[in-house]
Amino acid sequence: MAEPISPDLFNHLVELAALELSAEDAEYLRDQMNKQLKSIEELAAIPIPEGTPSAAHGVPFPAELRAPLRKDTQVQAPEAADIQAGAPQTSDGYFVVPEIPHEDLD
Amino acid sequence: MSELCDLPAHELATRIRKKEVSALEATEAALERVRAVDGDPGRLDGPADEVQKVHAFITVTEERARQQAKAIDERLAKGEVPGPLAGVPYTVKDIFAVKDVLTTAASRILSNFVAPYTATPVERLDAAGAVMLGKVNLDEFTYGSSNESSAYQPASRNPWNPAHVPGGSSGGSAAAVAAGEGALSLGTDTAGSIRQPAAFCGVVGMKPTYGRVSRYGLIAFGSSLDCPGPMARNVRDTAMMLNAIAGPDPRDSTAAATPVSDYTAALEEGVKGMRIGLSPDYDKITFFDPETGEFGSQPLPKEIADAVLRAADKLSDAGARIIENVPMPHTRYGIPAYFVISRVEAASNLHRFDGVKYGHRTALKPTDLRDLYRKTRAEGFGPQPKLRILMGMYVSAAQYSEQYYHRALQVRSLIRGDFDAAFDANGAHKLDALLTATTPTTAFPVGDIYGDSVLMQYADQLAVPANHAGVPAISLPAGLSGDKLPLGIQLVGPDFSEATLLRAARAYEAATEGDAWRAERPKVLVGV
Repeated sequence: MAEPISPDLFNHLVELAALELSAEDAEYLRDQMNKQLKSIEELAAIPIPEGTPSAAHGVPFPAELRAPLRKDTQVQAPEAADIQAGAPQTSDGYFVVPEIPHEDLD
Repeated sequence: MSELCDLPAHELATRIRKKEVSALEATEAALERVRAVDGDPGRLDGPADEVQKVHAFITVTEERARQQAKAIDERLAKGEVPGPLAGVPYTVKDIFAVKDVLTTAASRILSNFVAPYTATPVERLDAAGAVMLGKVNLDEFTYGSSNESSAYQPASRNPWNPAHVPGGSSGGSAAAVAAGEGALSLGTDTAGSIRQPAAFCGVVGMKPTYGRVSRYGLIAFGSSLDCPGPMARNVRDTAMMLNAIAGPDPRDSTAAATPVSDYTAALEEGVKGMRIGLSPDYDKITFFDPETGEFGSQPLPKEIADAVLRAADKLSDAGARIIENVPMPHTRYGIPAYFVISRVEAASNLHRFDGVKYGHRTALKPTDLRDLYRKTRAEGFGPQPKLRILMGMYVSAAQYSEQYYHRALQVRSLIRGDFDAAFDANGAHKLDALLTATTPTTAFPVGDIYGDSVLMQYADQLAVPANHAGVPAISLPAGLSGDKLPLGIQLVGPDFSEATLLRAARAYEAATEGDAWRAERPKVLVGV
């Protein structure tokens, strides 16, 4: 059987994932993905009764278990400067990044 | 002084409250134990082949610990009551943010990240008077079952035999607790990441009900599955730690609003009248061979199966009613469904690491912003995060999501249905708890499985159904194998039944207190 994740499809996923891989890493990861998919294929064989819900959580969260809604108020984070202190590059309170890919409009 | 670090947390806290020993002495004893058994902490590009010491730590926060301990002693001197865990040393899995402390997730991409705030469970442990010794190792971003995927090497080893893994992903936590490097540790469990290492290292580990403990400040992996939880050397300490960390939190909307009971209150009330189930669906390993694409099934290793049956006998002798042949027919689908759900959530959560706001940024000169993302993420993530991102993107892609992701979410409902039926008060079995093995093997040798992501994932086969269902579960030490490695058993209960599980766990612990294996100590402590 052909591998579901071909080198072309894999390269497309790598681009979407914003990654770069060495040839060796790419070979290992694509091989592992195809192996995991074989395990996942077992899901297709499970009889799923009609109306079975998709569970976003295992524990049902009825209203009484949920945290009550609170007012949407603006609060100044006291640690704003600490947060920016961890950034690789900042200027005047902004995060600095290289050129953002764009097309100039006529 | 070093024997202080082998005392149970509750006993140590009592002695500190009575001023028989100071919090600082307890802290110094624990730090001395770290120096004696831990060896070098894990570091980027460190050696992966060291198998003599425990290597539980990434960061030891000695000065912070001493300051906390001194503050406790000062409060005691003034006649104040500084909290139920006052002076008890503990460690934190390095996946929780702690203000002004390096918080790495065992990944190069966060290797320079000093957290600007503190996670709720850590804040609550500090408020209860516990003293943080430092941050302990894990699989990178928690992605693994052995600690070997950590970017910080040497990764944690098993104190019972350092040539074996401690399990994962809370491997550093389990190893530290087993070796006396702190009486408690804060771990997380997404597919067994507290219970499996607890079983491998011979300690107690509890995954609470999803939402029982706030996830605020936990670096997210599978947001619908992640549960912070306690790890300790005995059941009472586990209950005390859960008391400290559980409860609603306005900063986590999935933290349940249900009030917290005192989990120590009924600990000694025994199991008389409790209904504890055994399921044939947990007696076997369904094993997938990726080479042939075939599934095989084999019984659990005899030593592990026997440990479960011995526990059933002990609980029965203590007054529980053992209900056999409880069907849990969707158990075997836990791993395939987990492969899908956890990868989708991981891929989504890992998109925030981009070299812009915090963490590692490539030193190479990127051509533009996208190039910056690619180069930073290529350098910063190890193979397991990359694999999970790619897999998550594939199975959630528009053309495949019906076939994989939505089907996996329905399978989660079926797994939940197994537990609902077993615990139904009007059902056929009416269980208070299900008794199973925690793991299908004992701790495996370092290097044996790492690299095979499918085989590694199947190590969580008996633990992951509780994560899908969201229900609480606790792993308990249940003896030693012929080669002196710990065996673990697991009790699983209905939503928010932590008090009942802890009570049953304590009954088992009390019934085995005189067993010869309880007197054995981990190999790394011999001669210490």
